[in-house]
Amino acid sequence: MRHTLAVLVENNPGVLARVSSLFSRRGYNIDSLAVGRTDDPAVSRMTIVVEGDARVLEQVNKQLHKLVDIIKISDITADEFVDRELVLIKVNADPSIRGEVMQIADVFRARIVDLGQNTITLECTGNGGKVNAFEEAVKPYCIKELVRTGKIAMWRGAKYTGFPGSSNKTNKEDE
Amino acid sequence: MKITAAEALVRCLENEQVEVVFGYPGGAILPVYDMLYDSGMRHVLARHEQGAVHAADGYARVSGRVGVCMATSGPGATNLVTGIANAYMDSVPMVLFTGQVPTTMVGTDSFQEVDITGISMPVTKHNYLIKEARQLPQIIKNAFHIASTGRPGPVLIDIPKDVAESEIYFEYPSQVKLWGYSPTYRGHPQKINEAVSAIQQSKRPVIYAGGGILNSGALEDLRNFAEIINAPVTNTFMGLSSFSGSHPLYLGMLGLHGSRYANRAISECDLLIALGARFDDRVTGKIAEFAPHAKVIHADIDPAEIGKNVLVDIPIVGDVKRILRAFNARLEPRENKEWVETVQQWKKDYPVTYKQDDNMLKPQYVIEKIYEHTGGNATIATDVGQHQMWVAQFYSFNRPRGLVSSGGLGCMGFGLPSAMGAQIGIPGEQVALVTSEGSFQMTMQEMATIVEQNLPVKIFILNNDSLGMVRQLQEVYCNKRYMATNLKFVPDFEVFARAYGVSAFSASSNEEVDKVVPEAFNTPGPVVVNCKVHQDENVTPMVLAGKGISNAIDV
Repeated sequence: MRHTLAVLVENNPGVLARVSSLFSRRGYNIDSLAVGRTDDPAVSRMTIVVEGDARVLEQVNKQLHKLVDIIKISDITADEFVDRELVLIKVNADPSIRGEVMQIADVFRARIVDLGQNTITLECTGNGGKVNAFEEAVKPYCIKELVRTGKIAMWRGAKYTGFPGSSNKTNKEDE
Repeated sequence: MKITAAEALVRCLENEQVEVVFGYPGGAILPVYDMLYDSGMRHVLARHEQGAVHAADGYARVSGRVGVCMATSGPGATNLVTGIANAYMDSVPMVLFTGQVPTTMVGTDSFQEVDITGISMPVTKHNYLIKEARQLPQIIKNAFHIASTGRPGPVLIDIPKDVAESEIYFEYPSQVKLWGYSPTYRGHPQKINEAVSAIQQSKRPVIYAGGGILNSGALEDLRNFAEIINAPVTNTFMGLSSFSGSHPLYLGMLGLHGSRYANRAISECDLLIALGARFDDRVTGKIAEFAPHAKVIHADIDPAEIGKNVLVDIPIVGDVKRILRAFNARLEPRENKEWVETVQQWKKDYPVTYKQDDNMLKPQYVIEKIYEHTGGNATIATDVGQHQMWVAQFYSFNRPRGLVSSGGLGCMGFGLPSAMGAQIGIPGEQVALVTSEGSFQMTMQEMATIVEQNLPVKIFILNNDSLGMVRQLQEVYCNKRYMATNLKFVPDFEVFARAYGVSAFSASSNEEVDKVVPEAFNTPGPVVVNCKVHQDENVTPMVLAGKGISNAIDV
């Protein structure tokens, strides 16, 4: 099964390398990885999509926790959630077929973000399925270039994955 | 008043009550060494960085303190890597400092530059590259905390030369600042209750105790626990010396070269109580046949070890000492009479033994004599190979932390430098090294350090002119095709010892061993004993690859 993990990390140099090298050396497969800072600039949030059964997931979780820079890990897939990906696609579209392409974009509520002499650049957001479908729909127009973000995700409703304290929080041994 | 970061580093070490630094100087670490000059801090100069890091490791293992090691950038740093991996695999607390090229040159392939934080990432508990001098005191504070708490491990700090030379206002932080790092020490009460009731219901319990017992200092609690519930105790290799070798409930080591009775007890028990152990493949053999009839309780401070290799019925994350105390407070005494008697009978039926040979010295005999002479109270360092397994089988440890050996990594060359560090950690106590001519040659340059530091380590080389363990594997798996395992030239170790001004003896018969062992221990200072032993002797019993541990064969 595919799981989406929200991983809060201290925004230290090398933290991405620590996480990605952990996945590769322990043989876990990353389907997608997206990183960006949170509202606290000292904290980044990684959204990692990982494939595996419950036992693999448990190990992923525990091994990630051993990294000192990791603050918190939440399995977003454990509850209702919203997830989004964004794609930018540049397709061939001379003025005679622009209208067709724009109609397809309309169906997917994609936006036109740039026009070239014979090209058109589209932006589409949605869950993975929608973004895939959009890509298929514009394929006949010859995709010149495509770039896709990793998935980001968040729980629905009041539930949230926050982090305890600030970076000044001290940490005492549980004696 | 401002001081340089290099001076601050030395002050930090003083604040952490570091008494000795093992290291090797160089260009990029120059500012730090310059500050050590005035500090009065003891510095032990190894003859190779690998010697320094293994010495810091040996020091940490015997003393339970954090081992500290320093090296320069580039080759100095890469020479540490094997030693770091070794400490990581065996959960040894260490803080390592490496010099780095100046920040302006980092990333330009400059002279003696290597990305040591990148290289050491998979083999350190954590590592740091200090980019600003003012971060240094807090980073060192954190590093010592990370290295020594939870599951211990090595932490590396890489310091660019210009950072070390920068001036900062120094104050040693009183608290660590770590956001997500907080090991669990207290076992979950509900899990403890479940474990206690499983123990009370069990008729054939076995305690499987690993290195975690030594790390948490739970020796007394383990003995009490075993005696309350009358359960036999088997040790992992890393757990040796955590339970008295002469205790009637003791089964010795289990696993691939473990005693048949320990392995049989595991195979027939109805409850396996794993304490600070990690179900390593050298312990379990074929997983499906490991403790097939048992419910499994697994207590460990590292949650990632629980459920990693075997399925566990009752997981308990926490410090094993606290967990044992919680058990002992709740448990009613149990007899398990029938089970204990059965296991005692197995001990008689399948003793750990070897065949004497009138014409040739057997390596096991040397170890038996060392045991007899020291009463099991010496600290024994070993290298890796057959001699290491014979120490595990024939030296019965009575001194806690009495074994200094590379378990997880299996690192030949660990012996001599680790014995040196161990002797520094416990001056005045008896430290002996049991090694072989193969392993010894990997790091024998450290003989100079032993002499320079005047360390009275007694070195026994079980010399069989071959890389015995690999030779044994070739005998069993490769139809005796001994590729690259017979050493056609081995130096004369007596002459070698004399080159360093060290007393040397040799022995090639039982009578000579009888005479030489006491002589070696009674000779002041370091001593080398070259024991010419039988080449065809194998470590037995042996569980073949892919087999269950109840199917050991004699080889």
